Formats: sequence, C-alpha cells, structure tokens
Amino acid sequence: MPEMTVIEAIRSTLAEEMARDDRIFIMGEDVEAGGVFRVTDGLSKQFPGRIIDSPLAESSIIGLSIGAAHYGMRPIAEIQFADFIHAGFDQLCSEASRWSYRTRGDSYLPMVVRTPWGGGVHGGQHHSQSIEAYYGHIPGIKVVVPSFPADYRSLLRAAIADPNPVLFLEHKRTYRLVRQEVEGAAAEQVIGKSRITRRGDDVTVIAWGLMLHETLAAAKTLAGEGIECTVVDLLSVQPLDRETILEAARMTGKVLVVHEDTLTGGFGAEIAALIGEHAFEHLDGPVRRLAGPDIPSMPYHHAMEDFFMPDAKKIAAAIRDLAAY
Amino acid sequence: MAIVKLPQLGESVTEGTITQWFKQEGDPVAFDDALCEIETEKVTAELPSMFEGTMGKILVPQGETVEVDTPLCEILEAGAASDGGSGSDVEELAPKPGGWSGGPMAIREDDGASVEPQREPVAAAARRAPEPAQRSPEPRSRFYSPVVMRLASEHNIELESLSGSGIGGRVTRKDVEAAIKAGPAPTRRREAPSRPRPAAAANGAYTVVPLSGTRKTIAERMTRSNLEAPQAWTMVEIDATALEAARARERARFEAAGGKLTLLPFFTLAVCETLASNPALNARWEDGELRRYSDLNIGIAVAAETGLVVPVVHNAAELSAMGLANRINDLAERAHSRSLRIEDIEGGTFTVNNTGSFGSIASKPIVNYPQVAIVTMERVVKRPVVVDGDAIAIRPMFNACLSFDHRAMDGLEAGQFLADLKRNVESFS
Repeated sequence: MPEMTVIEAIRSTLAEEMARDDRIFIMGEDVEAGGVFRVTDGLSKQFPGRIIDSPLAESSIIGLSIGAAHYGMRPIAEIQFADFIHAGFDQLCSEASRWSYRTRGDSYLPMVVRTPWGGGVHGGQHHSQSIEAYYGHIPGIKVVVPSFPADYRSLLRAAIADPNPVLFLEHKRTYRLVRQEVEGAAAEQVIGKSRITRRGDDVTVIAWGLMLHETLAAAKTLAGEGIECTVVDLLSVQPLDRETILEAARMTGKVLVVHEDTLTGGFGAEIAALIGEHAFEHLDGPVRRLAGPDIPSMPYHHAMEDFFMPDAKKIAAAIRDLAAY
Repeated sequence: MAIVKLPQLGESVTEGTITQWFKQEGDPVAFDDALCEIETEKVTAELPSMFEGTMGKILVPQGETVEVDTPLCEILEAGAASDGGSGSDVEELAPKPGGWSGGPMAIREDDGASVEPQREPVAAAARRAPEPAQRSPEPRSRFYSPVVMRLASEHNIELESLSGSGIGGRVTRKDVEAAIKAGPAPTRRREAPSRPRPAAAANGAYTVVPLSGTRKTIAERMTRSNLEAPQAWTMVEIDATALEAARARERARFEAAGGKLTLLPFFTLAVCETLASNPALNARWEDGELRRYSDLNIGIAVAAETGLVVPVVHNAAELSAMGLANRINDLAERAHSRSLRIEDIEGGTFTVNNTGSFGSIASKPIVNYPQVAIVTMERVVKRPVVVDGDAIAIRPMFNACLSFDHRAMDGLEAGQFLADLKRNVESFS
C-alpha cells in the first residue's frame, strides 16, 4: 500500500474526481503553476484549461465560483491562505450559504472552497489563522477539517459530490508532516461524522487538524503513565456530529477540547456548551478548553509561536490535570 | 493555623465517626475545650482541643466516618498570626502517650501563601480567599459531580462511605463505579436515619438490619475467638450463703448512698482471690505468645443498649468488695450512657459475666479474645441440697460456668480454678 502525505492525498483525489467529472474545475491564485503549496502541481498538464489562475481577489474567486455553480459547473476554489478568505466572506456567508434556503430547495450550489489554515510554519500574522469558528457559525455552509490523508481523500470526494457549498480546510503544517498508508479509491464518507480514534477511560479529548495529531501524541505518552484517553477526531465542524461528541463525553465524564484558534468564541466553546447541555448528568469534572491565547494574531518568532500553539506537552499537562480532578 | 486530626482511639481502631461538633466555625476555642464527639468501634469520646484560638474550617462534617489521621478541623491559634511556624510548641502541646495512643494528633501547617511575615489579624487571615488549587487543593470530599450523583442514586451508593481519589479527596466517577462493581457493601454511616430496608425474598419478606460499628466489632471478635481459640467448657455449683451474708452486712450502708449492691462485686472479689493462686487463667494469647499478667484487670461484661461492651476494672486485686462495687457500678453506668474512655475498655486479662442477671442458670460464654478464660455467675436460686451427711437443706445456689482457651491450659488448671473459686465463694467472709 502506498504511503501518502496530506498533499498527495488531496492532489490525487482532485485528479481522480476531475477525470471522472469534466464539470469540475479549479480556480485560485497561482494554481496553474501548482500553487504555493504545490497541491495542484501537474494538474494543469493533466487537465488543460481546467486549472484557472484568478486575480488576487478572494471575493471574486468565490463569487465566480458561485456563478459557475449556478450554471451547472462544479467549481473548486482555492484560497491561497485561510487568512485571506475573509475578503470573500460576504460572497460565502451572505450568498452561497443561503442559495438553497432562498429557493426553498429548488436549486443547490455545489461548490468547494479549499484553503490551508493553521499555524506552526512560522507563517506569522497573515499565514497562520484558524477560521473554523467564523464559518462553522454559518448555517448553510459545510465546514470540513480532516486530519489524516485517508480522510482528506474521502472527505474531499464527499465535498465535491455534495450539492451544498463546502469549506474544505487543510492544515498546512500537516501537508507534508502526516503520512498514512492509503489504499485504492477514496472511501465513501458522509460529511458530518466524527470519529472516536482512541478509547480510554480517564479523559476525553476532542480535537481537529494539527491538534488532533498533537493530542494523539499526548495520549500515547499518558498511556505510559496510566492515564487512558478517548480521542475524538472531529472531522467536521458544520454539521457537528453531536451524537459522537456526546457519546465520547459520556465515556469519561471529563472532556478537554483542544484547538489552536484563540480561546474566546473559539469552536471549543460550542462543543463545551453542547456537552454541558446534553451530557450534564454524565460529567465528572469541568469541560475544559486548551486553545490559543486571546491575542490578535499568531506571532512570527518561533518561540512566540510555540507559546501561542498548544502542543503535545501542553495537552498532556491539561489532561493530567483533568484526570486528577 | 493548627490542623486537628483524628487520633487513634485505642488498639486496632482505624476509623471514627464524628457524631457531633461542639464548636462551629468562628467559635472561640479554649485549651481542653471539647471540639467534637467521636464514635469508634470501641468507645465514644470527646476530642479535647490542644490549642487556643478560634475554630476554623470544619473539614469533616457531622455523621461522616473517616480514617485515623484524617484532618478534622482547623484552629486559628490566638497570637499565632505572626508566628513563623516552627511547630515545636505544638509538639509540646501534643498529647502524651497514655492519653491518646496514636501518633501526634495535631500538626501545624505553614501558611504556604505568604512568604512575608503576616501582619493581618487572625480573623482577616481566616477570611482570605483560598489558595489556587495547585498549591493545596481545597477539600472536595463533599463535592459530587453530576455523574457521581446520578450513578450513586441509580445504584443506591452511600457517597459518604466512599473515599475519593480525586483532587481534594473528591469522589470521582471511577470511585463510584468501583463501588458499584464491588457490590453492595454494608453501610458505614452511623447516622440515625439508616432505617431498616424492607426487602422481598423468595420465601417471604424480611428487613435488613443496618449493622452498627459496635455490632460489627462484636461479630468480628466473637468469630475470631471461636475460630482461633479451641474452647472447652466446665461448670461448678456453688453455695451463695456466704456471699449473701456478706452483701447483707454492707447493703444498708451502700444503698443509703444511692447505689445498688448486687452479689457480683463479692463474686468478683472471690474471682480475684482465685486468680491470684491460678495465674494460668489471668493471661492473654497474643502475637503467638501466651502472656501471663501479674495485674488482675477484670473485664465486666455489660449488656448496653447498643450492644455488649466489656469495661475493665484495672488492678482489681487492690480493691475491696465495696471498691469493686463502686467501680463496677460506675463502669456499667458509663457503658449505658456511652461515655466510656479508651482506657476503660483496654487491657483486660480475665472476664466475668453476670449472666444470672437475665435469669440464666447455665450458659456457655465465649472467651473474650485474646484473653484465655471467662467465667459466668449464673442466677442464684434456692434449691434443696444435701448437706452435713444425709440432711437436706434449702440453700441459695448458683452455677459458675467457665469457658477457656484449650491452647493456653488444660482441664487441670480450669478444674483447679473452679474448685478454688467454689471454696473461696463458699467461705467468703
């Protein structure tokens, strides 16, 4: 079985889907030449005319994609960095998200917006942002946050097949960091399901993106100390898999939500509220959040970036604390 | 600040129940003031304060059973606010052996919060906000999380009986689950409202009687005695004429003082005389050794409302019949009012059981382990007996029954003891 990086998982899936459906095209900044992270590397040769460079204007990338989708195409927009997507916020949140609702389901808007998010690459102020809380708040957009290559493949396939706008978030630090053996075609997978990837009796940790990998590393360390973690790979922010989250919360009664987005109003707040509301009688401790500090942006300097980002060590400390509660 | 801990109230006592707090938070506390009442398997005792000051936080609520050395309460010592806290003065105040047989009952805790000498008044220090959890976790033994409450109510778990493994002694979900897995344990709460629970069985309804600490201790001791000590039994018939004559002589004077004079003190005196010449029976089988004692510490079985208790008349050999009468009455009274002290129930070397008070004429007592023998005085009844050759007379007669640990002696020693006892009682003067 071939081992794939996240980049390879995304690229191979794009190629497979484009070969299958010629309505699919990719639009974004510098995508024809392969894009800054080389995700679309080689695709313009394979699919001439279907990998389209756009102006440096995110609102137009998303707006054009909306228009193309109206006309029966299957656009995949690439936003070079998630930090830039807010220029297209209005197109995405005021237009794309409401199309099916406005037409009472008479028509749909099948489009995918892919974008690399997250820190840990010394990206500084404009290349490190987490955006899932902003867009996860909007009904009408699906927000997907895979962590492993196989899930990147199956969820990208599902995103392309989905008749609704899907924001597909790719953690840039994991692009070449995370590898996984991947076999055959991308699996059938439904958007909106989370997965319990590890089962333990002491503390439940819910994470996504890079933080999931840091959490799994922490869980492995803690298993040697006799602390067993249940770990939930969230996979999808919107729709939120409430059942799986609550099931995992009930398993231990002690929940830690980890995200690198800043704490206040981060998506962890939504998960904590869900658990407080629906698993109250199963709680054996406070629902805790480990998140980035409430400061305006991810710092550039590596020491400051380390300070900002939760990592396996900080996660392990938070789990220990909760386990002892 | 001083922390008062649960002292070890007697041999083999590992836990105690706070039955009553006499001081509440903020109350002034003088040296030797009773802080609370503690019930253990053996005794109920008041815990005197070794400190002067103000009552601080009560850490163990009324009705809760805790292990020896568990912090019970805090006392904010008068004039100790600026004390650096070396602790030496506390050690001087700590109880001496003989009072409490456990380790030091109080320790001083440095106020970890302040590095600088404290200048604020004691009361202000008491009101100060608690330290962050990392420094010294606040006691949380009475905080129950939602899941703990739910599991406890679903499985009828008495949370107060669990010891918590969480921060500050908090009972966690896992603690409750372990208790559920361990199955229904007899309730350890001694509080009154543990009413019998009606339960249906295959062959009729019955009620489960909650076991008191005393009941459980009796059960354990009796079982141990029967399992470990092979016990033989023997009995003699004794003429009580001389005992009754002796009592008649003393009765008016004694009862004028308000006491009730039974035959038991006279019989006990005879037992003491007999033991002096039969040391094999004044012994304990403990730690794999047979230990004969020179002192006669005679246990007197008392049927208190809460269960059998055996207070001890120490150095009984030094007492007259009247002295024994006073001591036995005093002990019995305090056994009934549950105010026996530790020393009142410890160190017995032989036990006398006045089974006759129930009307019994023969009984088979169980040796009061680790002692090696117990004698009963059965009811005195007038019976026709053959005296002076072939004459028949009516005499007050009673039986004395002896159970003994056959590991410690044989029938020879036991028979000799009873023969001597019979002679001593019948020739009592």
